[in-house]
Amino acid sequence: MLKYIGKRLLYLILVLLGVSFIVFTLLYISPGNPAKIILGEAATPEALAALEEQLGLNDPFLVRYFNYLKGIVFELDLGTSYNTGRAVLDEILAVFPNTVTLAASAIVIAVMVGVTLGIISAVKQYSIIDNLVMVFALIGTSVPIFWLGIMMIVLFSVKLHLLPPSGYGTFAQMIMPAVALGLQSTAMIARMTRSSMLEVIRMDYVKTARAKGQKEIVVIMKHVFRNALIPIITVVGLQFGQLLGGAMLTEMVFSIPGLGRLIIDSISMRDYPVVQGGVLFVATCFSLVNLVVDLLYAVVDPKITKS
Amino acid sequence: MEEKKLLEIKDLSVTYKVEDGIVYAVNDLNLVVHNKETLGFVGETGAGKTTTAMAIMRLIPSPPGEITKGQIIFDGEDLLQKSQRQMRSILGQDISMIFQDPMTSLNPAMTVGDQIVEMLLLHKSVNKKQAWEEACQMLELVGIKRERAKDYPHQFSGGMKQRVVIAIALACSPKLIIADEPTTALDVTIQAQVMDLMRDLKHKLGTSMILITHDLGIVAEICDKVAIMYAGGVVEYASKEKLYNEPAHPYTKGLFNSIPKLDVDEEWLEEIDGLPPEPTEVIPGCAFSPRCSKCMEICKQKKPGITYLDDDHYVRCFLYEKQAEGGAAE
Ligand SMILES: Nc1ncnc2c1ncn2[C@@H]1O[C@H](COP(=O)(O)OP(=O)(O)O)[C@@H](O)[C@H]1O
Ligand SMILES: [Mg+2]
Repeated sequence: MLKYIGKRLLYLILVLLGVSFIVFTLLYISPGNPAKIILGEAATPEALAALEEQLGLNDPFLVRYFNYLKGIVFELDLGTSYNTGRAVLDEILAVFPNTVTLAASAIVIAVMVGVTLGIISAVKQYSIIDNLVMVFALIGTSVPIFWLGIMMIVLFSVKLHLLPPSGYGTFAQMIMPAVALGLQSTAMIARMTRSSMLEVIRMDYVKTARAKGQKEIVVIMKHVFRNALIPIITVVGLQFGQLLGGAMLTEMVFSIPGLGRLIIDSISMRDYPVVQGGVLFVATCFSLVNLVVDLLYAVVDPKITKS
Repeated sequence: MEEKKLLEIKDLSVTYKVEDGIVYAVNDLNLVVHNKETLGFVGETGAGKTTTAMAIMRLIPSPPGEITKGQIIFDGEDLLQKSQRQMRSILGQDISMIFQDPMTSLNPAMTVGDQIVEMLLLHKSVNKKQAWEEACQMLELVGIKRERAKDYPHQFSGGMKQRVVIAIALACSPKLIIADEPTTALDVTIQAQVMDLMRDLKHKLGTSMILITHDLGIVAEICDKVAIMYAGGVVEYASKEKLYNEPAHPYTKGLFNSIPKLDVDEEWLEEIDGLPPEPTEVIPGCAFSPRCSKCMEICKQKKPGITYLDDDHYVRCFLYEKQAEGGAAE
């Protein structure tokens, strides 16, 4: 088990190295002189040259990359925002809780609703409920967050005046973003739960459990659902990763000050250190979630722990 | 010898609705199992053996399955009249089942001990600790060390898994065990061991058993009575001695003409030409008539009734129906 965790951590480091290299390179080759961005168009050439020297912009590419990595590894230093002059990490940590809250609310909704729908629809296979759930799942997976968010604002805020259209902080303000963000995941989780349950439900050990005189609800939860969990955990994990991405779109639609807004605003202001740091931060979270999912397998499937 | 009837099935019919029609899986099946007796239930794949077993347990998946007719009288009461709740207290407690494939009949996410405990907690008034102790004793009874109670099914071989399945089935000392081809999925050498174990335990616990099998060798070895199943119905029912010495139904005779091979069960029917009818087909006459070498005109028109050749020997065949018009006894 420890060896397994160690191996997974090693992969994680390699992935993050890759991500940091790609982001760094992309921004390196994109147009725009950071010194000019900081000092503004009216800056004198002398001032520009001095700042370029100070920021290390004249160093060769690899040297700059390694300096960047060194800063991260030894000082947790993701650089300084061109825009505000504050440490990038501070900028990120200031808004990240909002993104996490949004993504977490969405995943909680998605797991609760998705798993419930999936179980019901597997148990009542081919019934009207099952068909309705599957239609919902099909629509749910294909609706873009952007469109859904805007439609919700039009309906619930503009027409019905039930919920506030934007902002962050109150419970009412969270409802629409969390639902909009969670819908796709709900649909994916419902579908995966259903198919995974159906796979298990025709196993002989389910008949064995019924033949013991066990209650149907216990048969479904203890014998079927428990064994259907692994694929479900996988989608939940993947969905949570994707939710971090989807959260950025949702933050734009509903004007929520989160990491997504920060990164996108920073792109338009060419605040490269924030963009780099933000992307790297998201990638780290994504990888950590995946690691946790993999470790959960070991808990759920006795075969992994014992061998 | 006057024996007490434990289970009596009367005119049982079961159908499955499928896309291209209705499968008549069991048709007018009659069967008796006495106390402490082992009944061999023999028939080709698709004859309806598993369906009959599942009907007794009231576990036919519905939809598509439905019990359309009949009575299943167990211990004097009709199981088909019982509520789900009453059935749940009978299953495991009075009737338990051993499924065909031990590789898939244990829950992979539970220790084998817990799977026995589950059964005990459902039907006995014991606490968890007592149940665990009893589970360990059950494992020892089937020849597995008690330390292994904490292991998961994937840590056992096929034969050992089937022993665990047997331990679960016997945990509450049921009156009737239904074993659906319990050794077909196992290696030949292991088959004999598992069969021996089942026979010993059955004697020790005084349980009745319905043993569903392909294997006439096993029937000869451990059964008291035999029911021969063809296309959803029992065509001949007799004590083992009568059936082996004086088989009556042409189908049964066909079975014995082909030499039973212990390990190759597909070949035991090569003496009988043709194939069983499509299960969705409605046959007005005897289901075996298209393959029967002694087929008469009436066999194609009417279903044969039950003719008793002896107290414990019946056959469904016009050759033995004295009053049958147009047919004469051989
Ligand atoms: N769940 C089901 N749905 C539809 N048809 C079924 C189902 N289970 C069994 N059958 C059909 O019922 C008939 C009897 O099957 P079964 O009882 O499994 O026979 P056996 O156990 O003797 O091999 C077969 O024709 C089979 O195809
Ligand atoms: Mg079968």
